[in-house]
Amino acid sequence: MKILVKNGRIIDPANNIDGILDILIENSKISKVAKNIKNGAEKIIDATNKIIIPGLVDMHVHLRQPGREDKETVESATSAALKGGVTSLLAMPNTAPAIDCVENVALLKEIIQKTARAEVFIAAAITKGRLGRELSDIANLKKQGVLAITDDGVSVDDQELLLRALKLAKEQKVLVICHCEDKSLSGNGVINLGIISTRLGLRGISKESEYKRIERDIKLAEKVGAPIHIAHISCQESLEIIAKAKVKGIKVTCDATPHHFSLTEEAVVGYDTNMKMNPPLRSKQDVEAIRQGLKNGTIDVIASDHAPHTENEKDIEFERAEFGVIGLETELAVSITELLHTGLLGWKALVEKLALNPAKILGIDKGTLREGGNADIVVVSADKEWVVQKEEFVSKSKNSPFIGRILKGLVEYTICRGKPAYKL
Amino acid sequence: MLWTRKDLLGLEELIREEIELILATAESFKEVSTRAIKKVPALRGKTVVNLFYEPSTRTRVSFEIAAKRLSADVINIAVETSSVKKGETLFDTGRNIQALMADIIVIRHDCSGAAAMLSRHMDISVVNAGDGWHEHPTQALLDIFTLKEKLGKIEGLNVAIVGDIAHSRVARSNIWGLTKLGAKVTVCAPAMLIPPAIEQMGVRVTRDIDDALKNADAVNVLRMQFERDTEGAFPEQLEYFKNFGITKERLQKAKKNIIVMHPGPLNRGIEISSEVADGLNSVILEQVTNGIAVRMAVLFLVSQARDKNNESSPS
Repeated sequence: MKILVKNGRIIDPANNIDGILDILIENSKISKVAKNIKNGAEKIIDATNKIIIPGLVDMHVHLRQPGREDKETVESATSAALKGGVTSLLAMPNTAPAIDCVENVALLKEIIQKTARAEVFIAAAITKGRLGRELSDIANLKKQGVLAITDDGVSVDDQELLLRALKLAKEQKVLVICHCEDKSLSGNGVINLGIISTRLGLRGISKESEYKRIERDIKLAEKVGAPIHIAHISCQESLEIIAKAKVKGIKVTCDATPHHFSLTEEAVVGYDTNMKMNPPLRSKQDVEAIRQGLKNGTIDVIASDHAPHTENEKDIEFERAEFGVIGLETELAVSITELLHTGLLGWKALVEKLALNPAKILGIDKGTLREGGNADIVVVSADKEWVVQKEEFVSKSKNSPFIGRILKGLVEYTICRGKPAYKL
Repeated sequence: MLWTRKDLLGLEELIREEIELILATAESFKEVSTRAIKKVPALRGKTVVNLFYEPSTRTRVSFEIAAKRLSADVINIAVETSSVKKGETLFDTGRNIQALMADIIVIRHDCSGAAAMLSRHMDISVVNAGDGWHEHPTQALLDIFTLKEKLGKIEGLNVAIVGDIAHSRVARSNIWGLTKLGAKVTVCAPAMLIPPAIEQMGVRVTRDIDDALKNADAVNVLRMQFERDTEGAFPEQLEYFKNFGITKERLQKAKKNIIVMHPGPLNRGIEISSEVADGLNSVILEQVTNGIAVRMAVLFLVSQARDKNNESSPS
């Protein structure tokens, strides 16, 4: 099927393109990007006054399948992804069972092959069962196509073990993604430690629990010379540590979530459990630091940390509710609203963080609109306003912190692997 | 000032005039308990459910007596005897109580925010009888009522709160109530028991008990719940008494007529000496008596507000 997307403003930082152009898709590939393409396409999408960007690459998604299909499945998550303009995602391994061995990768691959509606890449666990005791078979996992390893949800406490994982990962050219949290410091905390935790009478999670562990993990990565990616940074101190490491030439990258650059701990007042996630929402000062980190490039990537939970697990007492929020369907709109329309980032930088940089970090041929490349394309109305409504989520779970918010920026059309995959 | 809230969840959300209205209403109810027939028909035909997820005798009994003196029917549900043990959620329990056509739920829960969260699921009134470390509004109201009765005003008073501030809902509610009414509050505790950034709630922090008592018109002595210290934050009991215990010797350095309050139950010889607890400065038993009038006022006001809301928005 030949598809022609006409008259849109194409943003393709990989090829330094920002202009009104047409884009032609043939055989699942982008065959041409040029002015006034005249070609007998079967399908023409008029993108006048719209923005055309590469499909988003979300490198932090909890699919919940296998094991917790009541929360989310590969099919429901990828459907949600397409609605949000995400055409590629990295699946986190904290499923039941954990993706920690070749057999479980095969199991997940089969589900993906049968049901995925977008591109799903796989991250495996660093340690067996994510228990932090014994390393997974990293070499063989790599052979199965695993792009990254992470025990996400928990940190690897044992330094020796992480050191060995980093060495193996370097050898095998697999990315190590670190969830940085020192549990001995965060304890049973449920929100940011500070005036809000004091006011609400809730146990706090200190910023130290995050940045001290980032400091440690970067040191270990430096020792080995292995690249390391720090997931979901939430506070100013973490940024300062990462910025310094980057200056030193250490191969460290990091991401932040839309909720960490748009919501403060104030949102927890009222005990809305959709504001409960790990790391927690931090202070206004931290949110400002994250925004500056996005602007100055310390933060390479925006990722959702999409973490679906059922109403039964969320609509209960605050301290007993699960951590985590969904984000696939709102991450682009929140980014446009909070970063683009505020003048903090331009389209180029926004696309780099949402698509190009994560693709580069994971080493996949995504995040660009190059001729001959994969046709993962999103058509966006940058100025269209919409209200986030619980009933309208495609995801099986509805635990979004943005319910009721007015966002500016809406996905009109998503093309994935050369095929129309979502239309408003 | 008109009371419009169907719930009382905490003092943080109230404005000064609302607190003053509760205190004024309590004043008018106090006399009821001195009558030969201690009853008024204000809540006749209403049902009050005491839903207690934590063991409590004094607060539960105080609410029960308050409701009965208003002629309400009272049901007590304690966690041990309820279907909670079978895994029913708090909100399902609440909805069931509502379906029984109860009018007010008085809830005590070990999780902070439980009362506020329950109220979002309920059309009937919710009164917070203590939620986790968060708030215990009626305790603070009765403390403030007692203080005002003794000293005639709250504005400009210096009030010290001594003890485990970090884990105390009584402290938080007192801080909100007192500061809103214009008192100056000092909190005093060992470092481990002072929560972060508490100065931002408008209080002065000190770790020196003599400093806390120096200009105090009143001291509220919190119960030290050593049995709940799961985090090892508490000092040794004797050491605590030595450094923070309210004793006759310490009070001799304070204002002569300093008011000594305690929410009970007392740990004699730990946070307060018997001499002080039973002494002339102590108003501890008056607090208990005043608790009934304050809770009558709260039950009456929320019930009336709910009836009014229902009248004005027929569904």
